[in-house]
Amino acid sequence: MATTGVLDSANLNGGQKLAAKYFIAAMILFGAQLLFGLLAGLQYLEPDFLFGVLDFNVNRMVHINALVVWLLYGFLGSVYWLLEDEAGHPVVGLPLGNLVFWVLTTAVAVVVLVFLLAQAGPGEMSTIWFINEGREYIEAPRWADIGIVVSVLVFFYNVAATFTKGRYTGIGGVLVMDLLALFGLYLAGMFYVTNVSIDQYWWWWVIHLWVEATWEVMVGVIMAYGLMKTLGVRRRIVETWLYIEVALMFGSGILGLGHHYFWIGTPEYWLTIGGFFSALEPIPLVAMVVHAVFDAGVNKIKNSNHPTMAWLIAHAFGNFFGAGVWGFMHTLPQINLYTHGTQWTASHGHLAFFGAYATINIAFFYLAMQKWRGNVWMEDALPGNGWKWKWALGLLSMGTVGMTMAMLVSGYEQSQIERAIEGSTWAGYFVAQAHPWFVQGMWWREAFGLMTAAGYALLVWDLLTIGRGEQRPMVDVQDKLTVLSGRASATAIGAT
Amino acid sequence: MATSPWWASESFWRKTAIWVTGVSLVVLILLTFDSMRQITAGSKRVPAYSAINYRIEYKFDEKRYVQVPVRGIKEPLFGKELSEQEAEALVAKGKMTIQAKNCINCHTLLGNGAYFAPDLTKSWLDPYWGSKETREQLMVDFIKDPSNKLHNALGRRMPNLGVTDEEARGVVAFLKWMSTIDTNGFPYNFKSMQQEN
Repeated sequence: MATTGVLDSANLNGGQKLAAKYFIAAMILFGAQLLFGLLAGLQYLEPDFLFGVLDFNVNRMVHINALVVWLLYGFLGSVYWLLEDEAGHPVVGLPLGNLVFWVLTTAVAVVVLVFLLAQAGPGEMSTIWFINEGREYIEAPRWADIGIVVSVLVFFYNVAATFTKGRYTGIGGVLVMDLLALFGLYLAGMFYVTNVSIDQYWWWWVIHLWVEATWEVMVGVIMAYGLMKTLGVRRRIVETWLYIEVALMFGSGILGLGHHYFWIGTPEYWLTIGGFFSALEPIPLVAMVVHAVFDAGVNKIKNSNHPTMAWLIAHAFGNFFGAGVWGFMHTLPQINLYTHGTQWTASHGHLAFFGAYATINIAFFYLAMQKWRGNVWMEDALPGNGWKWKWALGLLSMGTVGMTMAMLVSGYEQSQIERAIEGSTWAGYFVAQAHPWFVQGMWWREAFGLMTAAGYALLVWDLLTIGRGEQRPMVDVQDKLTVLSGRASATAIGAT
Repeated sequence: MATSPWWASESFWRKTAIWVTGVSLVVLILLTFDSMRQITAGSKRVPAYSAINYRIEYKFDEKRYVQVPVRGIKEPLFGKELSEQEAEALVAKGKMTIQAKNCINCHTLLGNGAYFAPDLTKSWLDPYWGSKETREQLMVDFIKDPSNKLHNALGRRMPNLGVTDEEARGVVAFLKWMSTIDTNGFPYNFKSMQQEN
């Protein structure tokens, strides 16, 4: 029988063992993201720092790629985590899934090393194949693209086949369709074209339809499962909400793509379509907040895992503010004309990626640690009153919010001085970059970046130690609910 | 939970989700066909690569109320008129170099990229290059060996990326061609260099 209070993989099912590997790799990449972000941020303040060794473009590339990959690893892990439970069947093709994890992780490591050591190549196709594709967020060279496609095909097969052999729940159905779209879209970013307008047109299919459509649905799925697990919300409720979210998310997000087609050469009708639909994009995020907070309230916030619950709530609000409010602030073309390509975008990017995606992955890391240590108690009265997870949550959130605000100040200044007054010339750009308001924003960004990094360090420490030596078992949320209200409905969990 | 109203039923929202997604996707695909037609090189919005044989101006359009690129008199890049194929090959060399040297993780192209260095959308027209007589050579020299040249008062510099002469000429051709794209007035209020004789 599995032991309590120690890390024992016997506590996990097959899919969850694999998920744990993805989670560990994700946390390492999260650290890399922060490290290279700090280096790049420092270069705004000290331009000679690492000049000619690790230039800004290299640090920034590793910063954003580590971000994308760790979030994807978190998603892949979360899917493997819930797969057997949800499908009621062991993961089909698990050995292959394990092999793919190692192949993919090796490829990621090689790509990062090449980015750091080779950095750039001659202006030939060979560079695009073997060193750097030079397209933001999807810089991975073509050989790695192909590796990624093969890996995700195996992953997709594993997920779809497991649901097929087990049962297709509503969550399972949405998940499989979403993965199909998510992986299919990656193909739109795998070709070279001289025409920069066409290049960026398809590039946005990958970037936008990932982060503002398929990734959002992905976290909707993960959230639905998370709420059932931690709060004992009934399946019928989370699945109905999930469909509502999908309708609102895709209904606004697919044509919301148009907000990237204002200034890249594409026709003027995108100004209207993109403005209109992207203005609707916050609506599903409001729905998600209502859903999460309402369910938590209905259950009197009685839940089986306090850190997970706290991060899920952080996700609901972070997604709404970061993706929704911060996105809406500069999405209308009349505003975007002045904010496009300034620190506004960076401000929005930081809060949105953290709020919408980092938070929910961290929620699942805690879910994983709880089970890995033998389904231990993870509510109140933790050693030290759970100060580590609380401070980690506080420092990471406040650090990110601080960076967001700092860059927003710089962004406003840029919009006004560089864009509106100076007209975006080289000289105008540097007048704005030298302005005390801009410089001040960059200092604050770095300071809050350090706060974020401190939160990360604490998070790692907490994940490694939480539940260690804990002998109290987890109180199943369903028992709690029965005690709480005597509602027979709690027994309906797991039934469609 | 025997009967729930239609607006709270799972099946209603499942169908809605499918329909909304499907319709949005169809609309996006139709618009994509039209957009592709309108942004293929050689169209009105995205001119042919041989546009680098002409002077490019950025003028205020009274009707649209934004600045738009305007093709002027013949003014071939590097003083040599190129055929459409030759022009495309040169611009392609530049685009490939811009990707291979990872320019987009400091600069923005059409406003997309990183914010550590100036936007390149209208860099061909930037007053920084002084006059149209000196511009081409200054740009080539700068791209090949930028780190010891004057950039700004901040001390922020572009590193030497090992760009060859051929690649640098390609990059300049690409930048000139990119400045011909109709970007609906982005960047707003751009102050172009004086190009009239």
